[in-house]
Amino acid sequence: MISVNGNQANSLIQVRGLDKTYRRGNEDIHVLQGLNLDVDQGDFVAFMGPSGSGKTTLLNLLGGLDLPTRGSVTVAGDEITHMSRRRLTQWRARHVGFIFQMYNLIPVLTALQNVELPLLLTRLSRAERRRHVETALAIVGLSDRMQHFPRQLSGGQEQRVAIARAIVADPTFLLCDEPTGDLDRKSADEVMDLLQRLVNEHRKTVLMVTHDPLVARIAKLTLHLEKGVLVEAGARQDAAAGAVS
Amino acid sequence: MKYARLIFANLLRKKTRLALTIGSFAAALFLFALLGVVGNTFSLANGVVSAHRLVITNRTSIINLLPLSYRDQILRVPGVQSITHNNWFGGVYQDPKNFFPQFVIDPQNQRRVYPELIVPKAQWQTFLNDRMGAVVGAATARRFGWKLGDRIPLTTTLYGLAGKVWDFNLDGIYHGTQPQDDQTQFWIQWAYYKESVPPQLQGQVGWYVLRIRNPDDAPRIARAVDRMFINSPNETRTETESAFAAGWVKQFANIKLLILSIGSVVFFTLLLVTGNTMATSVRERTAELAILKAIGFSDRAVLGFILAESLLIALAGCIGLVFAGVLIPALGQPLAGLLPALVVTPAVLGYGVLAAVAVGFASALLPALSARRLRVVDALRRV
Repeated sequence: MISVNGNQANSLIQVRGLDKTYRRGNEDIHVLQGLNLDVDQGDFVAFMGPSGSGKTTLLNLLGGLDLPTRGSVTVAGDEITHMSRRRLTQWRARHVGFIFQMYNLIPVLTALQNVELPLLLTRLSRAERRRHVETALAIVGLSDRMQHFPRQLSGGQEQRVAIARAIVADPTFLLCDEPTGDLDRKSADEVMDLLQRLVNEHRKTVLMVTHDPLVARIAKLTLHLEKGVLVEAGARQDAAAGAVS
Repeated sequence: MKYARLIFANLLRKKTRLALTIGSFAAALFLFALLGVVGNTFSLANGVVSAHRLVITNRTSIINLLPLSYRDQILRVPGVQSITHNNWFGGVYQDPKNFFPQFVIDPQNQRRVYPELIVPKAQWQTFLNDRMGAVVGAATARRFGWKLGDRIPLTTTLYGLAGKVWDFNLDGIYHGTQPQDDQTQFWIQWAYYKESVPPQLQGQVGWYVLRIRNPDDAPRIARAVDRMFINSPNETRTETESAFAAGWVKQFANIKLLILSIGSVVFFTLLLVTGNTMATSVRERTAELAILKAIGFSDRAVLGFILAESLLIALAGCIGLVFAGVLIPALGQPLAGLLPALVVTPAVLGYGVLAAVAVGFASALLPALSARRLRVVDALRRV
C-alpha cells in the first residue's frame, strides 16, 4: 500500500518528515519539505512534477545517493539517513537497483560485463555470476545480445541492459529516473512493459520519476511533487494488484 | 582479479592515447637507463675500479712521466702488495677512428695488480717470451676480427716516433670476470717499447698502479708514497683508483649535475604528460565512475581502479628498459676504450622500474583522489 500520510507502520520504505534544502548564493531553496511516504513490496509508484520540483532529489535521497537536511528514510528496517558514506555504499549495493534516463552503461564492456558489474561486489564465483547475468538478460529479452557492446545496441536495448544490471543482484527496490525519457514510443512501451512485468511477476518494488503521463499511467499510483510535498494525483484501482490508497 | 577485466577495458578504450602514453614512459625510461649507465660509467661505480688499487701519477699532470726508479721504493711501503707501471702508447690502427687504448705494461706484475683480467696461462707464457707480443681484450679482438697469431701494425705520434710502424704479434686475449670489466685494452711489452724510444724516455713510466693488502690502509699508503717524493723533481699524486677515474672523467663535464638535470626534466615532463592523460581519462568517465559508485563500488575501489590503470601504463612503459638493455651496450661501442663498457646493470633496471612505479603513482594520485571524492549526485547532474 502506497501512502503519503506517514501513518503506515510496517511498509518496506518509510519516509518521514523529509526536508532537503539547497543553498544557492545567499538563498536557501527548500526542495522537499516534511515529505512522508510509505511504499510496500511489489508497489509501483510514479513521481511527476514540473522541472525543479525535486523529483530526482527525492529519488537520490531514497537511493542513498544524497543526504536529507532533516527527516529519515528507512528501508526494510534500515534507517539510511545516518549511515556513513561507506556503509551507505554497501547498503546501495545490496538494496537498490538504479535505472537512469541515459542508461549509463560502461561503453567498453559488453552487455554481459555491464550486467555483471554489481555481482563483482558479491562473493559469487565466476560461474555463478555468469548464471545470474544470463537469467537477468533473459528476463529483459536480450539473451542473444550478451556479447554486444552498448554502441551495437539500440536505445531501447541499452535501457533493457541497464534494467538487467539493476535487477541482477536482486535488490530490494528499483529507482528509475526518467527511464523512457530518451526513447521513442515503441521502445518506451517495451521498457514499461518490462518494468510492469518485474512488478507483477517478480514482486519487484519500483519507484519511478517521469514527465510522461502515459508512462506514469502504468504505475499503480502517481504522486505529484508540489511545493516540496507529495500529493496523490489519482489512485488507479487495479484488480490484479489490489487496493491502492 | 575479478576487477582486472574492468581495469583493462578502461585502459584500452583509447588505444592511440594509451600507446602514446606508454611510448612516453618507454622513452623516458630508456633515457633514465642511459643516464644511469653513463653515470655509473663515469663514476666507475660499476665495479671497474677496485678498492684494492691506488694510482700514482706525476703531481704536475698525467702527461708528465715518473722515474722507473720509484718502483722499488714504493714497493717497500708497508701494505703495498704489488706494483705495475703503464705508459700510454697512443697508437693508431689503420685509421684514427679505430680508437682503442694501448698500454705499455710491466708484464711481470700486470696480472698481480689486475687479477680480474684473465689471460689463459699458455697465451700469457707466449706473450712473456715474445718481445713484440701483445695481449688484447676480447672486445677489441672481436671488433677487428683478430685471432691469435695475427700481426697488428700500429703507428704512434708520441715519443718522437712519428711515422714508425710498430708490429705486434697477437699472443693472448684477455677476458674480464665481470661484465663491466674493460675488455678493450691492448697491452704491449715494456721491453719492446723501451728499446725503441729515445734514451731520455727509457727510464720513465706514465703512472704506477699499486695493489694494496687492505683498502682501509689506502689513505696511509697514499700519504707515505707522496711524502717519499716530496720536493723531488717528480712529485707524485697518489689516489684511489676511483678518485683517479673521477678526475679523468671530470675532463668531460660535470656529468653528475648534467645527468641529474636531464633526468629531473625528463621525469617532471613525464609526470605532467601522464598526469594530464589520467586527468583527462577521469574527466571523460565522470558519469561512469559515478554509476560505479551508485551501484555499490566504494570510493576506495574507484581510487584503486585509477591508480591501477596508471601503474599498468607505467609498467608497460618498462619496455623502454628492455630496449635499453639491448641497445645501450651497442650504443657504447664507439666509446670503447674511452670509457669502461656501458653495462645496464640490474640495479639500473631496478631503479628504472621503481621510478616508473613512482611516476605512475604520483601522476594518477590527483585524478584518483578527485575520482574518490566524486559525489554521485553532482557527477550525474553534470552529464
